[in-house]
Amino acid sequence: MALAKATAEQIKDLAARYPSRQSAIIPALWAAQHEQGYVTDEAMHEIAEHLGLPPSLIEATASFYSMFLTRPEGRHDVVICINAPCMLRGADEMVAYLERQLGVRDGGTTADGAITWHSTIECLGACGGAPMMQVDHRFEEDLTPERIDAIIERLRTTPASHDAEPKRPSPRPRAKKSQN
Amino acid sequence: MAIKPLLTKDFATENLHQLSVYEKTGGYAGFKRALEMQPDELVELVKKSGLRGRGGAGFPTGNKWGFLPKGMYPRYLVCNADESEPGCFKDRYLIEKSPHQVLEGILIASYAIGCNLAFIYIRGEYLPQTEALETAIDEARQAGYLGKNVLGKGYDIDVILHRGAGAYICGEETALLTSLEGYRGEPRLKPPFPAVKGLYGKPTVVNNVETVCNLPHIVLNGADWFAAIGTPTGRGTRVWCMSGHVNRPGNYELENGTPIRELIEEHGGGVWKNRTLKAFQPGGASMMVLLPEHLDVALDFDAIQKAGSLAGAGAMVVMDETTCMVDAARRYVKFFHHESCGKCTPCREGTFWMANLFDQFEAGDAKPGDIDLLLDIGYNIDGRSFCPLGDASTWFPRSVIKFFREEFQEHISEKGCPFKKSVQEAVA
Repeated sequence: MALAKATAEQIKDLAARYPSRQSAIIPALWAAQHEQGYVTDEAMHEIAEHLGLPPSLIEATASFYSMFLTRPEGRHDVVICINAPCMLRGADEMVAYLERQLGVRDGGTTADGAITWHSTIECLGACGGAPMMQVDHRFEEDLTPERIDAIIERLRTTPASHDAEPKRPSPRPRAKKSQN
Repeated sequence: MAIKPLLTKDFATENLHQLSVYEKTGGYAGFKRALEMQPDELVELVKKSGLRGRGGAGFPTGNKWGFLPKGMYPRYLVCNADESEPGCFKDRYLIEKSPHQVLEGILIASYAIGCNLAFIYIRGEYLPQTEALETAIDEARQAGYLGKNVLGKGYDIDVILHRGAGAYICGEETALLTSLEGYRGEPRLKPPFPAVKGLYGKPTVVNNVETVCNLPHIVLNGADWFAAIGTPTGRGTRVWCMSGHVNRPGNYELENGTPIRELIEEHGGGVWKNRTLKAFQPGGASMMVLLPEHLDVALDFDAIQKAGSLAGAGAMVVMDETTCMVDAARRYVKFFHHESCGKCTPCREGTFWMANLFDQFEAGDAKPGDIDLLLDIGYNIDGRSFCPLGDASTWFPRSVIKFFREEFQEHISEKGCPFKKSVQEAVA
């Protein structure tokens, strides 16, 4: 599926923001993922075309970063941290509880397509509020079984979050390329 | 200690993230003052203040600026907001509470080094913080702090906020620059240092979020004022991220030189559940473990180093008597294995091998020679990796073997974790 016209325009704008258009690869991948839910081969080819770069370069970058998804997932994305600071505050118990409540294994998607969840060893920067998870990249801290229940309930009944990506930077006065 | 916080002093003010509120607390006065000065004067001021980078290495900020080769332009400032060290969440806090303070620091640093285009590289997971900074940049542009001919002083500056996509290695400054150029986030050989050949091959300064937050205060109050706070080799304050087994985890800004005991016992409310302190780790996942006997060590780069660990990025992970040190080390090792970029063999293969061995300890499959095997692998990674990620992957596990070797032995003799049962009993 081709990228929407607005996404394509956004990618071309991004290329003009940086002293080198190659720097627009990661922001362009974000734009594609935001629109389509994950990064398809077709999207990477299209990004390559818009940026005037070889597709291999786009995929080399996309495959390095853990936040770029290569397959469709549930409407909501739940990531729970199991690194040491979270472990100390009971993250393993929260993971076991989450798994039981959702009825799917780590990395899986619930049958209703609402939630894809996985545990992560990559610290998410909320050790002071451990145990914690991120829901559509938003922080949920000081987890308890009751809080997890409430979050699951909310996610099952809400559409995919369009807030899951930052808003587009507002237009700015910009010289043809950069003043440098 | 009696000293008031510097960076977080106004954090109780409602809506501090808004430009008008930030200005009411004295915001952007430092940048205005800086614009009255010559860039070279600013570099000298920061050198004289003794400010050291807060990202982990503790390199003197003014000296870093001074390394830029004369007459080579364009040059870039990159603010490192890729905070990903397990145990650290201070940059997130500084950005959330006062994004304009971060931005003001960036503007001062940019002016000082003669940069007209600055970048903020923020980790992909920090979405609300990305939004906070984007809004702050828009507000500052509208108010004339950013753009062409800033405040009528003939200085042009723009800031691009660049969102990463999940890679711890990009906190390492050369990997960050590689990532910002659009590539896989792999580190580069140093030298040439970024000051000489950095972003797009141009002279570049990379400064941490907390580092730049100090700048408005130093410009407004002077180098002598700043140098009077803290210790002779650790000026100023640091924001300590405390987590683990304490009653009140969170961020605490304390004067350098404050005893660790004060952070854990007074600010953190002591070890939770009336349990006993077993160990703690200053500096984040990378850093060596310290013991209760080190509680009176000062929160200071040099003092912590003398005690056998490193202050790193200012995390304090507290572990009580029920903690399985083998499992704590296992989590960190698995983290480093996950985050190894794969560029060099000692780190890529070594962290993989260590992670497998730790899993065997956890599963009860470890053999008597495996403790020494872990040490041997660690020895062959540390100092032999391309960048500090590999080196740092070995520091915590090796220090845990040094101080808690018997726990590894128990995992072998009891064919599994001796703590799992006792923890369940303690929690019940």
